Amino acid sequence: MKGMTIIVRKVTQFIAPIIFLFGIYIVFYGHLTPGGGFAGGVIMASAFILQILANGEILDKLRKEESGLEFLESGAILGFIIIAGFGLILSSSFVFFSNFINKGVIGKLLSAGMIPLENIIVGTEVCAAITTIFIALVVYKDEVAL
Amino acid sequence: MEIYLIIMLVLMIFGSLYSLHAKDLLSAVISYGIVGFGLVISFLLLQAPDLAIVQVVIEIVTLVIMIAVIKDTTEKEDKQTARFSQFIYLLVLLLFTIAFYLAFDKISGSLSPFGQHATRMATAYTQGVHETGSANLVTGVVFGFRAYDTLGEATVLFTAVIGVLTILRLKGKKGE
Repeated sequence: MKGMTIIVRKVTQFIAPIIFLFGIYIVFYGHLTPGGGFAGGVIMASAFILQILANGEILDKLRKEESGLEFLESGAILGFIIIAGFGLILSSSFVFFSNFINKGVIGKLLSAGMIPLENIIVGTEVCAAITTIFIALVVYKDEVAL
Repeated sequence: MEIYLIIMLVLMIFGSLYSLHAKDLLSAVISYGIVGFGLVISFLLLQAPDLAIVQVVIEIVTLVIMIAVIKDTTEKEDKQTARFSQFIYLLVLLLFTIAFYLAFDKISGSLSPFGQHATRMATAYTQGVHETGSANLVTGVVFGFRAYDTLGEATVLFTAVIGVLTILRLKGKKGE
């Protein structure tokens, strides 16, 4: 896959970290402002997609990254179930997904108990999933051409 | 506000009609973008910023992937010939119109007016949001009351990725 011109590459170098940071902000403030794990995860994935589209030559490195992304995605799903299981074990009500951590003050960043943790895990999972699909579409197309 | 909503909906209908009848697939995909971004503005007019954020990002990523697919395959649409006569199509259209009219006539009588959520669970969610401790009501519902649904959605995404990798991979991972 060919990359793009130097103008696109330089602009991508400036823009992509800002997009990634904005995705992290959306995920971390999901319990206070609009957004959350799903939206922030897709925004983070779009930063990676922008990099892949602009610099096409890094494709050979991406073949190694792909298994790492699959590991990240599977681990995020596992972490989600483990957090739900902690609610089952540690809370007094013995309910799956029980929100057992101290709720704190509504409106503060460290509040709402387990909801920020679940946001972060779902954001990781969505980011890894969308990036894996895009990398699979790009990498395996090159295998067909060979 | 409602007049803007009606304008957006009419624009979306025209965009989808054009994407059905476009000559090549690239203009069809781009005019389909009218539907997606019109939906974003409709969500903003209906004061649902959570949905608007998700929709705008998903629309951009989908548009990129679909344009990449079209650039790699073909821009021409396959010609399809009609399999049945015109009379059968008209009959099916008439039957569906009657069925939908009767169904909506029955359903809309038992609903409250548009925008007034009178269902029992909706009032319970809006009153019980302080129990979750989340300032954002939508996140409080999605990760608090409906965490099982979120687990199901994440599992659906995981399954989709597994399916894509299984179908697209040609060589085995270990043995070449």
